[in-house]
Amino acid sequence: MEGKIAIRKIVVPGEEIDEKGKPGNGVFVENGKLYSAYLGIVDTRAGYVNVIPLSGCYIPKKGDKVIGKIIDLAPMNWVVDINAPYYAPLHVNDVPWRVEFGDTGRYLSIGDVILAKVSNVNELGQVWITLKEQGLRKLEGGHIIKISPFKVPRVIGKGGSMIQMLKDYTGCRIYVGQNGIIWISGPPEGIITVIKAIRMIENEAHTYGLTDRVKEFLEENRGESNGNEE
Amino acid sequence: MGMKSDIKLIDDNGLRIDGRLPNQLRPIKMEVGILKRADGSAFVEWGGNKIIAAVYGPNEAYPKHVQEADKAIVRARYNMAPFSVDERKRPGPDRRAVELSKVISEALESVIFVEKYPRTSIDVYIEVLQADAGTRVAGITAASLALADAGIPMRDLIVGCAAGKVDDVVVLDLNKEEDNFGQADVPMAIMPRTKEIALLQMDGDMTYEELTTAMEMAMDAAKKIHEMQVEALKRKYIKEVDEDD
Repeated sequence: MEGKIAIRKIVVPGEEIDEKGKPGNGVFVENGKLYSAYLGIVDTRAGYVNVIPLSGCYIPKKGDKVIGKIIDLAPMNWVVDINAPYYAPLHVNDVPWRVEFGDTGRYLSIGDVILAKVSNVNELGQVWITLKEQGLRKLEGGHIIKISPFKVPRVIGKGGSMIQMLKDYTGCRIYVGQNGIIWISGPPEGIITVIKAIRMIENEAHTYGLTDRVKEFLEENRGESNGNEE
Repeated sequence: MGMKSDIKLIDDNGLRIDGRLPNQLRPIKMEVGILKRADGSAFVEWGGNKIIAAVYGPNEAYPKHVQEADKAIVRARYNMAPFSVDERKRPGPDRRAVELSKVISEALESVIFVEKYPRTSIDVYIEVLQADAGTRVAGITAASLALADAGIPMRDLIVGCAAGKVDDVVVLDLNKEEDNFGQADVPMAIMPRTKEIALLQMDGDMTYEELTTAMEMAMDAAKKIHEMQVEALKRKYIKEVDEDD
């Protein structure tokens, strides 16, 4: 890791974007000019100019796989914190079990963590999630860390290359929710290395050549440390 | 303001009590992302002012009756620490702090895309650690940095800047002595891109011409402060990369 690392162009809110194209996400138009709405990096693809924020909260999108925590029980549903501005209800019809009225606590109790899918979102920001699909389930054991939801694509990498590399080097099972919550399970040394690597990806998400540097880091750190994050 | 005194605030060379020219700002330092637990934060040192701003949210707004069905609400709290002034200030919100919280909330709301987050609140906490006149404008400058750091969509960064009248001269960015013994103080919040005004208050009195000059001065200064803001925001990400080398 020597020399300067190339950085993508950073824009601030209200900064004019010097690119031609249709306004995409994170961009607004005034007097025919494009301006950034976020502190982020400019990304032009398929004729659209987008600004990808460098920080911010998760906004649920239909079809996203998210990791959430049960925070409350009701007779017909659970309330799930999915790290978004709004809590999401999980209705008993959306789980793979047959739940009697008022018996929700037998299946999922407060503090349990689930891998769920966003089944619907409306313009008021209300969110519904479901567990009724292959691979969606309650997550038992393991470690949980939070990252910025905008850095999730970088942790996954192109076609899952980054996450696959983390799994291969450490022997851990990793689930990355689109909401920036990551669940890791495996040998303690592996978990520590994965957390360090993810923190590194998070800090350097806006640079080029990240995969190679993470690979180098994983080569150097095959286990060791005491179990405390940071 | 308005107090009679023998202090000469502007000397024969036209320099001010701290040696500045009439249209010169105090030294300003800005830093972004200083608090780990907040969603966004900033620290601004503006002359003798030391101010921390922290942003939390958007989160679902509670109590429920304050929610707006179609937009987010912006709740700013301006607070002065008991040790921020010469004589210990009684802690807690007073008349002045309540007023400033309200006008700052409204100024910030005008640049945020509030319609993106219905039913939520965006909470901004502005803590004045050391006060030396012009804390509300320094607070707005810090709050806008913290909002950008929190990833909240905005039309523009917002810049606070004050101007005033001292010894019959229109001057920029008053310090403590000029604020106490001067003739007028005009704090402003400006959107530097469109030159729109988000906040304008006046304490003391000025003629229309003097007010126009004061506003022009603040507009010019806003450009400079905006450049510093942009530099501070970008520096955070460049620094993060360098640290790991």
